[in-house]
Amino acid sequence: MNRTFAVKAIALTIWGLLLFSPFLFQEVRQVEVAARIAVFIVLVASYDLLIGYTGIVSFAHTMFFGFGAYGVAIAMKQGDNTWGFWILGTLAGVLVAAVVAVLIGLLSLRVKAIFFAMITLAAASVALVLASQLSGLTGGEDGITYRSPDVFKSANKLLTDEEGKVLRIAGVRMNGKIAAYYFVFFTCALMFWMMLRIVGSPLGTVLKAIRENEARTEGIGYRVVAYRTAVFVIAATTAALAGAVYATWLKYTGPDTTLSFAIMIDILLMVVIGGMGTMWGAAIGATLMVLAQYYLRDLMEVAAAATEAIPLLPVLLSPDRWLLWLGIIFILLVYFFPAGIAGTIIRGRKS
Amino acid sequence: MTHPSLSTRDLTIRFGGHTAVNAVTCDFRPGELTVIVGPNGAGKTTYFNMISGQLTPSTGTVEKDGIDLTRMPASQRARHGVGRAFQLTNLFPKLSVLENIRLAVQAQAGEGRRFFTPVAKLTELTARAERYLEATKLADKAELPAAALPHGDQRKLEVALLMAMEPDIYMFDEPTAGMSLDHAPDVLDLIAEIKHDHTKTVLLVEHKMDVVRQLADRIIVLHNGELIADGDPGEVMSSQVVKDVYLGNAGELA
Repeated sequence: MNRTFAVKAIALTIWGLLLFSPFLFQEVRQVEVAARIAVFIVLVASYDLLIGYTGIVSFAHTMFFGFGAYGVAIAMKQGDNTWGFWILGTLAGVLVAAVVAVLIGLLSLRVKAIFFAMITLAAASVALVLASQLSGLTGGEDGITYRSPDVFKSANKLLTDEEGKVLRIAGVRMNGKIAAYYFVFFTCALMFWMMLRIVGSPLGTVLKAIRENEARTEGIGYRVVAYRTAVFVIAATTAALAGAVYATWLKYTGPDTTLSFAIMIDILLMVVIGGMGTMWGAAIGATLMVLAQYYLRDLMEVAAAATEAIPLLPVLLSPDRWLLWLGIIFILLVYFFPAGIAGTIIRGRKS
Repeated sequence: MTHPSLSTRDLTIRFGGHTAVNAVTCDFRPGELTVIVGPNGAGKTTYFNMISGQLTPSTGTVEKDGIDLTRMPASQRARHGVGRAFQLTNLFPKLSVLENIRLAVQAQAGEGRRFFTPVAKLTELTARAERYLEATKLADKAELPAAALPHGDQRKLEVALLMAMEPDIYMFDEPTAGMSLDHAPDVLDLIAEIKHDHTKTVLLVEHKMDVVRQLADRIIVLHNGELIADGDPGEVMSSQVVKDVYLGNAGELA
């Protein structure tokens, strides 16, 4: 019990830091990182519903993420940057995600896990090809740049002082940028909370039961294929919503930010590092991974400069080799935390 | 005589050229405990699998209270009141003992689709699950993962899981297999209790003759996939055909 508490404390600390991050970390890049962490926590948590809780291996999670992002992007670009078009684009993206998830689920969740994984891989490849081919609509490889709703514009004064200038609280301008950040934060926190409710509900126990013993789950009266399809749809629509939120924040949507397999691999790494089937681990995994992607290079630059006088070390620590070090860190994490960070803290190293 | 609650008609399954169960026609009635005996490979478990839905027969039908179950998936049969415990322990190893039982309780209560209410708030489900844990003397192990239980307790949990489904048809496949002598009576007492309810239909595959004598109202004998004897325990056990079958198979019934 105390171990679970420790994991929750770490994850809640992360959420707490995210809540205050515009005040704690005021650089543009830092706010960028904080928003990305919030979105990826949701993305990874929704993937954990599949892989960690139900034992479904899917490679199409970025495709659903992309549906939501492109939904908003296309609506904003083709229509206007109003909330009406935002809602339209989000709903369209979520609807497409739900329909595609139902189709993939009903057609192929009956088959063996490996075939299902292959089918999701094929679907994700098709989505990626479509995004680059339908360049009239999607902007192709270049993606789409658009404006988000006016309330999020930097020039928008959320709060003003007596002179009519934008109010500063603790040195932070209360402008559209801060509104955009808190839009991202609260929608992501809400989605994360909803997923916690799902895994803590009777449905959550059924999902774990399917992972543990599919045949017996069916035997005591649960239609496994229906439950699998349902969780696949829940995960897909959540990913699509996360995509819509991220697209609103970035004001740019392209294959590299939403659809690429590189992101799919990131999600897999995050869920493994955090701990599969723990939900809270998603917060830990996503945070560590995003921080490493943004700051490992900087850290190595400092380290290389500090070791300048020593032979060989500066070469090894050169920022160009950051991926090598990321790989080493990943191997060490898996070695010392075989069940992921959250999983290993909760269950101990033996299991 | 009461109406049969469960019937199989000409139930047959072939695997390639091999007929594992051949045209078994049999009725089972509420309040009756039928023991199915037969040498290894006689088709007892295969027969069970076709009734509970793990296998679909090649020909023939399975009916419960007039409803044709033959093509239904196992989950739907379970909801129609056909419950099955397995020969090899078949639990949810990483879930706690309580969670194992609660799964069956919430399936029976039709609550498995609730996706937003915390489990902790559904106290009624937990209370029902705890009753089954007490009945099977597992209450003090409720929080342990099922995999951590000793074999005897896992067998008990298997029975508790079946009881928690509250079925009309109870199917036990060698419930005491591999259990030590001091644990087996617990499980047998539970089965006797179900039997004394007089409204439940109980099917039991069992090798141990003392168990058969203690519980059986009726015995049917399967041999090479065919039903070769059916009747009162004393009558069946002393019949020549049964003796032949078992003597030809190293006298397992000795």
